[in-house]
Amino acid sequence: MPNKNVIFEAKDLVKEFGHGKTHNVVLKGLNFEIEDGEIVTIVGGSACGKSVVAKHLLGFMQPTKGELFYKGKKITNQRDHWQTVQPIFQDPFSAFNQFFSIRSQLEDSFKVLYKRPSRAEIKERVDAALLAVNVMPSDLKEKFPFELSGGQMQRMLLARIFALKPQVLIADEATSMVDACVRANILDYLMKLKKELNMTIVFITHDIGLAYYVSDRIFVMHDGGIVEHGTPDEVALHPKSNHTIQLLEDIPDIHKDWIKRKRA
Amino acid sequence: MSIFEAKHLSLHYLTRFGSKVHAAVDISFELEEGEILGIAGESGCGKTTLVSGLSGMCIPPLNYTSGEIFVSGQPLIGRPLEDIRENVLAKEISMIPQGAYNALNPTRKIKDLAMDVLKSHEKGKANKKEMYQRIHNRFELLGLDTDKVLNSYSVQLTPGEKQRSVIGISTLLNPKMVIADEPTSALDVTTQKQVIGVIFDLLEKKVFSTMIFITHELPLLRHVADRIAVMYAGEIVEMGTSEQLVFSPKHPYTQALMSAMLSAEEGARKRKPEAIEGAPPNLAEEIVGCRFAPRCKHATDGCKKNKQEIRIVDNRQVRCENAK
Repeated sequence: MPNKNVIFEAKDLVKEFGHGKTHNVVLKGLNFEIEDGEIVTIVGGSACGKSVVAKHLLGFMQPTKGELFYKGKKITNQRDHWQTVQPIFQDPFSAFNQFFSIRSQLEDSFKVLYKRPSRAEIKERVDAALLAVNVMPSDLKEKFPFELSGGQMQRMLLARIFALKPQVLIADEATSMVDACVRANILDYLMKLKKELNMTIVFITHDIGLAYYVSDRIFVMHDGGIVEHGTPDEVALHPKSNHTIQLLEDIPDIHKDWIKRKRA
Repeated sequence: MSIFEAKHLSLHYLTRFGSKVHAAVDISFELEEGEILGIAGESGCGKTTLVSGLSGMCIPPLNYTSGEIFVSGQPLIGRPLEDIRENVLAKEISMIPQGAYNALNPTRKIKDLAMDVLKSHEKGKANKKEMYQRIHNRFELLGLDTDKVLNSYSVQLTPGEKQRSVIGISTLLNPKMVIADEPTSALDVTTQKQVIGVIFDLLEKKVFSTMIFITHELPLLRHVADRIAVMYAGEIVEMGTSEQLVFSPKHPYTQALMSAMLSAEEGARKRKPEAIEGAPPNLAEEIVGCRFAPRCKHATDGCKKNKQEIRIVDNRQVRCENAK
């Protein structure tokens, strides 16, 4: 197609870990393309290799075999890569340094950029980002990461993204620790931000309900390979692969039977 | 007789600056034997604080403000921590903590961790071989490759195996009641189903009979719990059977929680999940009127001023004066 603008392109991506006894092939030849301005969700059970894909997209890892291109080039310099690609991680407690206040860490996250805004602008942007994730900046004065709950910490990670405004966001299980209301809030704001910046978002999740709601395309992964991909309607409503059907069945939907407790 | 009872329990944290944060306020409920109570609520609403309070492990900066707890008729508050550790924890009340990977010591094997529980609670009663046999028998109920799991370190196990091992260790002494604090929130849906299956198996085999299940996912509680209590900003705002709460919520906050759900069904893409505007109140300050009023769509002048008390509406407890 002529006006297709591919951001990420993977060709036969293979990643192996360990040697000898512990040798383990985690990614078994992935082929995919992610286009500009698209929201792609990678869905799969635990240990299917979805986080490894995220680490490749962020430049933390290099593939063993195969190639991964970002805007037509291989990822060589991580700092260059992080000017435009930013992550949200699963566990917010290990993402923040416990010895520094959250506010200072949010302001320090601008240090990754080559072209930094002025101090006053950084302050303004952090304030706006905190408000966006439903936290009053005054509540956070001199607070340290251990003083917040898990969900609040997750929102701090999101605030970092809202302040930095990257072009590409890799969200690795970003909403798995927050409850439904906060999740709706976060998705709301992400969609707004996406419209504003035409951001490309790669969601990585095991929640196919979330995937169905947000994404333009869904990849279903199992055991290091993509078993099914397509639009949300194709994947979630008319699944073809057994793994997708299994994932859909295991969701505790209120209208369907799940596990019944046997009473003695 | 109820197996567990909390009466007007309030808990607060003392902060570095000397102010009090009232993280749980006026919590009252009773648990009958064989019942599963689900507690739902957003992050930071006091669920985990409540767990520490209910199990008697109130370690400063967390303190009891007022109220009482009875475990099989015996009062819990006021007993020294050593006494609670020795006679209540693991024997009467046991906990399945949030995030199993942080609960297991990575430098010791699972069997040693399990052995510790028996050693510290049954000093000098049994020899090592008998203890190991007991642990082995219990772990077989969990559907695990028992020998492999017992002889490995926690880092060698998958998340599901870790979570099941934690469940096995915390129920070794056949406690009467188990408090599970987000046992499945870090697991994927398939493993979550397996873990819930294991918990149901243990219930059926009468390893323990009563459970408090804490999570932020209301749809999960619909399948797990008999009764659900929804918490907001430290208070229980609504409590009723799981059918009542999921299919016809009365409190505006419960209604908002239900409408924020995402599911993969036809038409769900067009239905926007409803977000609640604003943030929960700062618990360090004194709150006048209903705690949810500033974010509530149906708030009136009355409920912004008056402190809300529990009312019985449609066979359930609701903390809202406008609920019908």
